[in-house]
Amino acid sequence: MKQVPALKIDGITIGQSLAIIEYLEETRPTPRLLPQDPKKRASVRMISDLIAGGIQPLQNLSVLKQVGQENQLTWAQNAITSGFNALERILQSTAGRYCVGDEVSMADLCLVPQVANAERFKVDLTPYPTISRINKTLLALEAFQVSHPCRQPDTPAELRA
Amino acid sequence: MQVGKPILYSYFRSSCSWRVRIALALKGIDYEMMPINLVKDGGQQFSKEFQALNPMKQVPALKIDGITIGQSLAIIEYLEETRPTPRLLPQDPKKRASVRMISDLIAGGIQPLQNLSVLKQVGQENQLTWAQNAITSGFNALERILQSTAGRYCVGDEVSMADLCLVPQVANAERFKVDLTPYPTISRINKTLLALEAFQVSHPCRQPDTPAELRA
Repeated sequence: MKQVPALKIDGITIGQSLAIIEYLEETRPTPRLLPQDPKKRASVRMISDLIAGGIQPLQNLSVLKQVGQENQLTWAQNAITSGFNALERILQSTAGRYCVGDEVSMADLCLVPQVANAERFKVDLTPYPTISRINKTLLALEAFQVSHPCRQPDTPAELRA
Repeated sequence: MQVGKPILYSYFRSSCSWRVRIALALKGIDYEMMPINLVKDGGQQFSKEFQALNPMKQVPALKIDGITIGQSLAIIEYLEETRPTPRLLPQDPKKRASVRMISDLIAGGIQPLQNLSVLKQVGQENQLTWAQNAITSGFNALERILQSTAGRYCVGDEVSMADLCLVPQVANAERFKVDLTPYPTISRINKTLLALEAFQVSHPCRQPDTPAELRA
């Protein structure tokens, strides 16, 4: 697929972030990243798919290259605002402390990076108070900090935390 | 409490809706179909009623067991967890990972780049090339992946969620006049799947909202 991420684990290589995460969940089940209840699991997957399938692919690097430099910002902003308009409404029924109830789930793993993209593309987040609140709560957790783009081995010096 | 049949909001030609129709057919789940025309009246998915049901303003959406689920793969995984036979995901976690990877490649990596709302944005004169590029990029990767995963079907010899994604995407490829010669594995598997009843009854040409001129 010529894309990241790819994970080499247990003798196989998996592409597609959500397929990787579901494999990790099935083989290393604790702590959970998907709730036990099927209806809540459906909400987690719906939110994850909305972001991973409905927003990010429309504003990733290869698509932005195709729309041309003068159109890129508007294009990315449109993709994100359309998706966030829907997500903000959905979260109003599913969210507790986090995207779905009060446990961190795969949906939260999708939310934070997408909000970071939104900030990079200068999307106004005022219309999205639930998204913003959950994002802030999640960013305080250690796993979201150690994994942050500003703390990676390949983070350029000028962007390093 | 009286529980009615599940209700599927679908458009005959929507490849995402077709995936769910196949799943419902394979699992023998009886349901009511509510057609949502994505083109008529400026797009019925934008109506206030439909938006209230599914804020994503997209099909498919499935009303089942007192909840409404959007996103075709989330729907299919819910059906799998609550109506587990026949299986749509293998038992082995590594094979499940292959099924999900292929499904996500199609549902997240190809289809969203060539759906109706994106094509509207690229403009009419660019639409065909844009859609063809999205599909060929994705199919180039998929053909290679299938060479390691495929048996009779996308992953081994059992029909899985990956197959439910493949057939509708090949139909899109044909609609956008993509040359399928470089993809013999995709073509073979597609042909084998189309012979199965669930893929036939769910076909766009046989839906309640299929226009007369496209009806089988």
